[in-house]
Amino acid sequence: MKLFKKKNYIPIGRTAAPETHEGRVERKLQEEPAIPDGMWMKCRFCGALVYKKEMNEFKICPKCGGHFRISAADRLAITCDEGTFEELDANMVSKNPMGYPDYDKLIAKMQEKTGLKEGAVTGFCEIDGYKTVIGVMDSNFMMASMGSVVGEKITRAIERSTELGLPVVIFTASGGARMQEGIISLMQMAKTSAAVRRHSDAGLLYVSVITDPTTGGVSASFANLGDIILAEPRATIGFAGRRVIEGTINEKLPEDFQSAEFQLKHGFVDRIVERKDMRKSLSTIFKLHSIERRDGLK
Amino acid sequence: MSNVSEILTKSRMVSRPSSQEFIESVFDDFFELHGDRHYEDDMAIVGGIALLEGMPVTVAGIQKGHTVKDNVSRRFGSPNPDGYRKVMRLMEQAEKFNRPVIQFINTSGAYPGKGAEERGQGEAIARCLYMSAGLKVPVISIFIGEGGSGGALAMAAGDRVWMLENGMYAVLSPEGFASILWRDPSRSAEAAELMKITAEDLLKNGVIEKIIPEPEEGLENNLSFTAEILKKELIKELDILCSKTTDELLEERYRRFRKFGDYSE
Repeated sequence: MKLFKKKNYIPIGRTAAPETHEGRVERKLQEEPAIPDGMWMKCRFCGALVYKKEMNEFKICPKCGGHFRISAADRLAITCDEGTFEELDANMVSKNPMGYPDYDKLIAKMQEKTGLKEGAVTGFCEIDGYKTVIGVMDSNFMMASMGSVVGEKITRAIERSTELGLPVVIFTASGGARMQEGIISLMQMAKTSAAVRRHSDAGLLYVSVITDPTTGGVSASFANLGDIILAEPRATIGFAGRRVIEGTINEKLPEDFQSAEFQLKHGFVDRIVERKDMRKSLSTIFKLHSIERRDGLK
Repeated sequence: MSNVSEILTKSRMVSRPSSQEFIESVFDDFFELHGDRHYEDDMAIVGGIALLEGMPVTVAGIQKGHTVKDNVSRRFGSPNPDGYRKVMRLMEQAEKFNRPVIQFINTSGAYPGKGAEERGQGEAIARCLYMSAGLKVPVISIFIGEGGSGGALAMAAGDRVWMLENGMYAVLSPEGFASILWRDPSRSAEAAELMKITAEDLLKNGVIEKIIPEPEEGLENNLSFTAEILKKELIKELDILCSKTTDELLEERYRRFRKFGDYSE
């Protein structure tokens, strides 16, 4: 494409693979250059410096096609039909179940930084005219780790779908359990999985779209329970953190370990779908499941 | 040593009776079954069928060893996905034959290994939670020692969760908590205090329903003391659970986990 005529990008070393053992991701993310500010960002897949104006709404590296992490707002914008998203439980905020020191300040700081209340946004929407409930996790907010709010919002979203006989689509991204909420965060895994079970027992469709990174407690609950599981290219998907495993087995792991492609090969993902094709794939899946479509659309 | 550190130490003692010893002390005629029918027999899980005062029950437990050799073959009680699939196979069998399921938990967590990831550790745990949510027979889980993370929760998603006096249960180990959140593993004792990992704390916040006492002389010196109490409690509780309709049982189980969360709107 002429548009992307190669400029001489300055190679400045490859960013290390994201550390994904639960809370460690947060730290890593804060050290990484954040997307919103400045004109340039470094691609964490190929290391190229990317001029942001060259990226379209899909936030893909123009050089290697690597899919950058995107915010919940951007995800909703590229996924839902315009003007159809109606948010649920928008004002839910976490308390402090474990009495973790200064947790309220930490949350306030993250809210200010991201403009989000918490790590997940849920609501009703239409995708290519198909009515569905949607959940989107945003890794900018404490790595979208699952505490009371993420767990409750996801659970309620699934329960609403069950009540109304709607499908549910969840874009997962999470470092795992919200450690600052202790055992209560662990309980969210059982809570969300039980909600999926009820939705499934009602014969309804759940599409899980796994995005970078989905690890720990979220990989061990609703992310892996979709009737259909899609993944974005090169997303990190796994339970235990790479470094924890390397430390345990005293062995260096291959580069593609716990990638979306690795999960596809081992049979834990149905398809890898590029971001630009996601709406179309979801639309096809809805069509194949005879999901109700807005009047007048064929 | 503070009380919490003491409990943490006791919960992890190599001499602490294992799941298999509990199974053999509480039940009669334990008949062990092996394998997940997919890949292999994970030695970190023991399971099978046994009698509780003459009533057939399915039993499964996470198994630590007492010797290094035994522990290596059982990965120190850290199951692979194959172990969780073995548990699921036994749960399905229990449902078919209308047997309650009794699970014993003693693990620092699911095994973080290469093969474990290749065979879907996350999926296996998720599927355990999913299956537990809909299993039509009563499920009681007992924490007998250490309880770490999703690898413990996978077997503690039923109707009742109990804990021995010196058991513990946490989202991750206090050592891991201190090193990840504070980048200082030496603060693990402080983390253990903060994390509310003891049976008493967990009883208060509803994560467990019952504490099973241990003998003063130490559990490893008098297992039958605790086994006798546990047996009586199991008989009593199963009597209650078995009298419920399936709908009641499943609704109450759903509510049991639905309630967890601390938020405002």
